[in-house]
Amino acid sequence: MKDSIFTVISNEKIAKNTYECVLEGDTSHITAPGQFVNIKLDGFYLRRPISVCDVEGDRLTIIYKVVGDGTEKMSKAEKGEKWLTLTGLGNGYDLTKSGDSPLLIGGGAGVPPMYLLCRKLVAEGKAPTVILGFNTEDEVFYKERFESLGVKVIVATADGSMGVKGFVTDAMRGLSYSYFYTCGPEPMLKAIYNASESDGQFSFEERMGCGFGACMGCTCKTKYGNKRICRDGPVLEKEEIVW
Amino acid sequence: MNTKVNLCGIEIDNPIIPASGTFGFGYEFAELYDINMLGTFSFKGTTLDARFGNPTPRIAEVTGGMLNAVGLQNPGVDWIISDELPKLRRVFNKPVMANVSGFSLDEYVETVRRLDTQSDIGWFEINISCPNVHGGGMSFGTSPEMAQTVTRAVRKVTKKPIIIKLSPNVTDIVSIAKACEAGGADGVSLINTLMGMRIDLKRRKPVIANKTGGFSGPAIKPVAVRMIYQVYDAVKIPIVGMGGVATAEDVIELMLAGATAVEVGAENLVNPYACRDIILDLPRAMEKYGIKSLSEIIGGAH
Repeated sequence: MKDSIFTVISNEKIAKNTYECVLEGDTSHITAPGQFVNIKLDGFYLRRPISVCDVEGDRLTIIYKVVGDGTEKMSKAEKGEKWLTLTGLGNGYDLTKSGDSPLLIGGGAGVPPMYLLCRKLVAEGKAPTVILGFNTEDEVFYKERFESLGVKVIVATADGSMGVKGFVTDAMRGLSYSYFYTCGPEPMLKAIYNASESDGQFSFEERMGCGFGACMGCTCKTKYGNKRICRDGPVLEKEEIVW
Repeated sequence: MNTKVNLCGIEIDNPIIPASGTFGFGYEFAELYDINMLGTFSFKGTTLDARFGNPTPRIAEVTGGMLNAVGLQNPGVDWIISDELPKLRRVFNKPVMANVSGFSLDEYVETVRRLDTQSDIGWFEINISCPNVHGGGMSFGTSPEMAQTVTRAVRKVTKKPIIIKLSPNVTDIVSIAKACEAGGADGVSLINTLMGMRIDLKRRKPVIANKTGGFSGPAIKPVAVRMIYQVYDAVKIPIVGMGGVATAEDVIELMLAGATAVEVGAENLVNPYACRDIILDLPRAMEKYGIKSLSEIIGGAH
């Protein structure tokens, strides 16, 4: 964990209410896909926890959805704006369990962490399949970015405006995979938990206080006792989850 | 410049104390800086049995602060003695403050009795003011009689200093502080969080699952200053002040109101270096306001 200043390099709308922001700073504490950063914005007391989408050298890419006043303010940030940012938060995904053909399932704001994960898996010679779930076509982002990694990408939209009509679990049907990784809204995670045929890892979202394990604001129950989503998670293994 | 203060018979290097529930058992912060620079710290609120606490969401943001309704999540006193305190000793070598909560008089007494065996516990902070649990916590802290009953009961099982943590959610905090003093308390700490609520406009429901939560952060500081000032006029025992402290200037303000030492709470959650930053900044602020020794300014505004 490290608290340091990141500078906004670009901050662009890439889909409905969705922004991609590239930041420059010390990324050395970001060690795994699925980790998050916690950003301090002027005028807001608590920080904004946002998952890492990609990291390369001193460049950190985040993608966030405007859901409230804080992310609304973030969306207005211009090049050169500086944010005090805690990095290296959360456990992240364990890539060692992937097998040769893992399935990556991202839903909405849960898509971004799948990108770095996918890139790392491909670099290890794995052949991931990616399912991206959205409500409608105008929310879809990063389809081409995933495709440029040379992986099979399936888009599912709830209204059928792009790709498979329905939920990510509809797109999962008939696929064979060695293992899976997922991130998205809790109802989606629960549906995947019930529909999946292999082991896998789930990344959870929760309202956080500190983001680094001090306040117990985001605790959940697991088979192995209480876990803090921010510190012991956000990634939990399928077999330990208690709904 | 001298930052030392004497808290209930134990001299501490400076008056800065991370508040219970914002600092865990210290390890997360020990990764970031040497926590031995703290005056001491008040560890996570401890109950006799393990508690999961409240359902999530437990946290909400407000202007100038936050609400929390964690609900005294902790692994229980026996686990804390067997696992947490040995780990803490590896990163902290000063007397620590044990924060204790309960749902019955017997529970307070038994938890203190078990912790009393631990030589690295310097003080007990008895929390009779948690707003986020039902049937315990704050219900002991809202009447002078109950507050005094708890104080007398724990007084019988420990010779270590007892500091009673008071709730601001009362009509007259002064009468409760006086009752604690008469019951044998060595100090009082105030203020715990103010009970608050936020409502999500989209869902048309309270943001926090527990509905209400404890309001903390810079916005509550004037309430803390006022209550510390009033209590200082009424009791002779030391006051540990807290409520919205984020800067060295805030520390000086609470000490002028009457605090001997100052706890830092919510600020630890937004700036994990908050206590370190305040301690390192104290000499500058003391110089600015012509303070040679912090202990000389306690109650200086009266």
